[in-house]
Amino acid sequence: MTVAEHSHISTAAPTLGDNLLAALKSAAIAALIAFGMFALLLGFRTEQAAGPLTLEPRPLLLAVTVTIVFVGRFLLVLAWSSKLDVARFTPSIPESVKPVLARIGEWIGPALLGFAFIVPVVFYDNRYLLDLGIMVLTYVMLGWGLNIVVGLAGLLDLGYVAFYAVGAYSYALLAEYFGWSFWLCLPVAGILAAFWGILLGFPVLRLRGDYLAIVTLAFGEIIRIVLLNWQSFTGGPNGVNAPRPSFFGIPFSAGDDGFAATFGLEFSSTHRVVFLFYLILALALITNWVTIRLRRLPVGRAWEAMREDEIACRSLGINTTNTKLTAFAIGAMFGGFAGAFFATRQGFISPESFVFMESAMILAIVVLGGMGSQIGVAIAALVMIGGFELFREFAQFRMLIFGAAMVAIMVWRPRGLIATRVPSLFLRPGKSATSDVRAEARL
Amino acid sequence: MEYFVQQLINGITLGSIYGLIAIGYTMVYGIIGMINFAHGDVFMVGAFLALIAFLALVAMGLTAIPLALFLVLLIAMALTSLYGWTVERLAYRPLRGSFRLAPLISAIGMSIVLQNYVQISQGALVKPLPPLVTGGYTLLERDGFAVQLSNIQIIIVVTTLILMTAFSLLIARTQLGRHMRACEQDLRMAALIGVNTDRTISLTFVIGAALASVAGLMYLLYYGVIDFFIGFVAGVKAFTAAVLGGIGSLPGAMLGGLLIGLIETFWSAYFPAEYKDVAAFSILVLVLIFLPSGILGRPEVEKV
Repeated sequence: MTVAEHSHISTAAPTLGDNLLAALKSAAIAALIAFGMFALLLGFRTEQAAGPLTLEPRPLLLAVTVTIVFVGRFLLVLAWSSKLDVARFTPSIPESVKPVLARIGEWIGPALLGFAFIVPVVFYDNRYLLDLGIMVLTYVMLGWGLNIVVGLAGLLDLGYVAFYAVGAYSYALLAEYFGWSFWLCLPVAGILAAFWGILLGFPVLRLRGDYLAIVTLAFGEIIRIVLLNWQSFTGGPNGVNAPRPSFFGIPFSAGDDGFAATFGLEFSSTHRVVFLFYLILALALITNWVTIRLRRLPVGRAWEAMREDEIACRSLGINTTNTKLTAFAIGAMFGGFAGAFFATRQGFISPESFVFMESAMILAIVVLGGMGSQIGVAIAALVMIGGFELFREFAQFRMLIFGAAMVAIMVWRPRGLIATRVPSLFLRPGKSATSDVRAEARL
Repeated sequence: MEYFVQQLINGITLGSIYGLIAIGYTMVYGIIGMINFAHGDVFMVGAFLALIAFLALVAMGLTAIPLALFLVLLIAMALTSLYGWTVERLAYRPLRGSFRLAPLISAIGMSIVLQNYVQISQGALVKPLPPLVTGGYTLLERDGFAVQLSNIQIIIVVTTLILMTAFSLLIARTQLGRHMRACEQDLRMAALIGVNTDRTISLTFVIGAALASVAGLMYLLYYGVIDFFIGFVAGVKAFTAAVLGGIGSLPGAMLGGLLIGLIETFWSAYFPAEYKDVAAFSILVLVLIFLPSGILGRPEVEKV
């Protein structure tokens, strides 16, 4: 780094040879460290066929990995020390392209929305794509729900999946024990999840941000363990069945009172999938709409103010406890809605669906999309969930890449990949500062 | 009574392991004020490194178990330190001065990376190791119930005591220890008077990782089975221990570790064992609500 800065000022810039030597040295050290780290874990694989564990050497994998580290570090250092500065990771977009990008940015939301609306029409025969679309939209909705807590209010919630679980189990258990229908259970699931949000949030919201994160994680695990072990009520690891949805009371069955017969259509199992698709699309859009509206209300403004500076907020007379609780409760409510939907879509739920990794995945989507950016979260969910489904053979690398992306985003672009958060308050309408200045002010 | 004594012994053993991990949390928190969420997974990596190192040594023909274990200890500590150093260098150092939640999110990402890295490279199945250290002593015997103190329990507690003493001396007597304490009090001021803060922080991570790898080896020897997921629960419990003892305080971490180990063991002994994690997590919540500065910690003052 210092070499690069030096070269800008002084005339006696280091020669290419010096740079190469420095890069080689740095790369050699990096390769040595990589060898130490990977020699045992990548170089050997523990196998257990019958009897005790045995080791199976994998020298090729180790060699390839260390070489990649060596070459990567070499190029990185070389790029740093050259005048190109390509590796500074502050992508500066040329001024002339900015208006074009801004226009694309304006259109991408409506375009995605329009695309989402016609997916069931275009891909009517492709059951797999429809299911994938439903899954992506579920994560979009969860991401938007968590975005209220993390992105707007700045409370890091690592137990969001608990509210998802509360919603799903509320529906499944209410249907199982009382025979309630989906449309009755949906609001109830949301309300119950919101109550859980308040119940969990009330004692812990005085805590500092990172303590809060760990406590929400603990709550998430507690709920999962209770669901797993309270066999008589929740079915434990065997899970519980959730009834399939009906079209506002008309079941999707082949019978005379079924959906197809009522509307004079030929029976097809795709009807239900298409209905589920539009249902989750509507739920997700409601989440988005409520969030956008709330941001313009005093409570939404208070959330964002609290995210920026809690002490200043308190000094101005904002009740931070109430503000945090509303964020927690509303975020939890949407998690509950999504959970009820998940239950009816799956037809069966078990505690396995609500592990910590699920929370981490939703958080990763929110972080990647740029905390607080609605369209960013949607695109992140599309890329991370949809993208990986298309490359199924790499499915085992999904969480690895999720995690690495979280680190990389924090290091290079803490605002997220698509940081187009529209400010809800302008000093002078129409003459807003450039997005960079805004972002500086925010961070 | 015998049952109680037995649980006490088991609890202290478990608590020693938690205490060793908790030191890593408490040191990092003390110096840079972040929760190193990946620390539990560094512990897990340490356990795996110890397992593979042991198998490799056996494959090379080393049959003397005490010597092999000693070498494994050294190898695991050295290599896990590399992980600690790299994690700090890649994921945390670039974030100094970034916004409040950035290091924590980065740490969660790192934790996911380490877990999946081990899962992919070593497989998701549990890895069993036959008991290497056997035998023990019968302390009490009455009514057909014998209180056992096994050799492995003695090794764990003694090793922990030795490491704790060495580490306390390092903090109290050496230059590095002075630098660490200076950084803990005021990072910027320490930098101004010539402490190499980056190096000190790196070494803090290295020491934390080395202690976690010892805990990993102990866990492997005590339970005889590890998988890629042990770091998550152990990490949360060790963090609970650090908070319970007062985060930032070294004796607090050890005390908290012992308390968590005892609580967990006694809960399993007298209450439904499947809820033992719930007990540990509930204690975390209760401590944070009613005793946020822990038993031996100082209250934290939030400055503008």
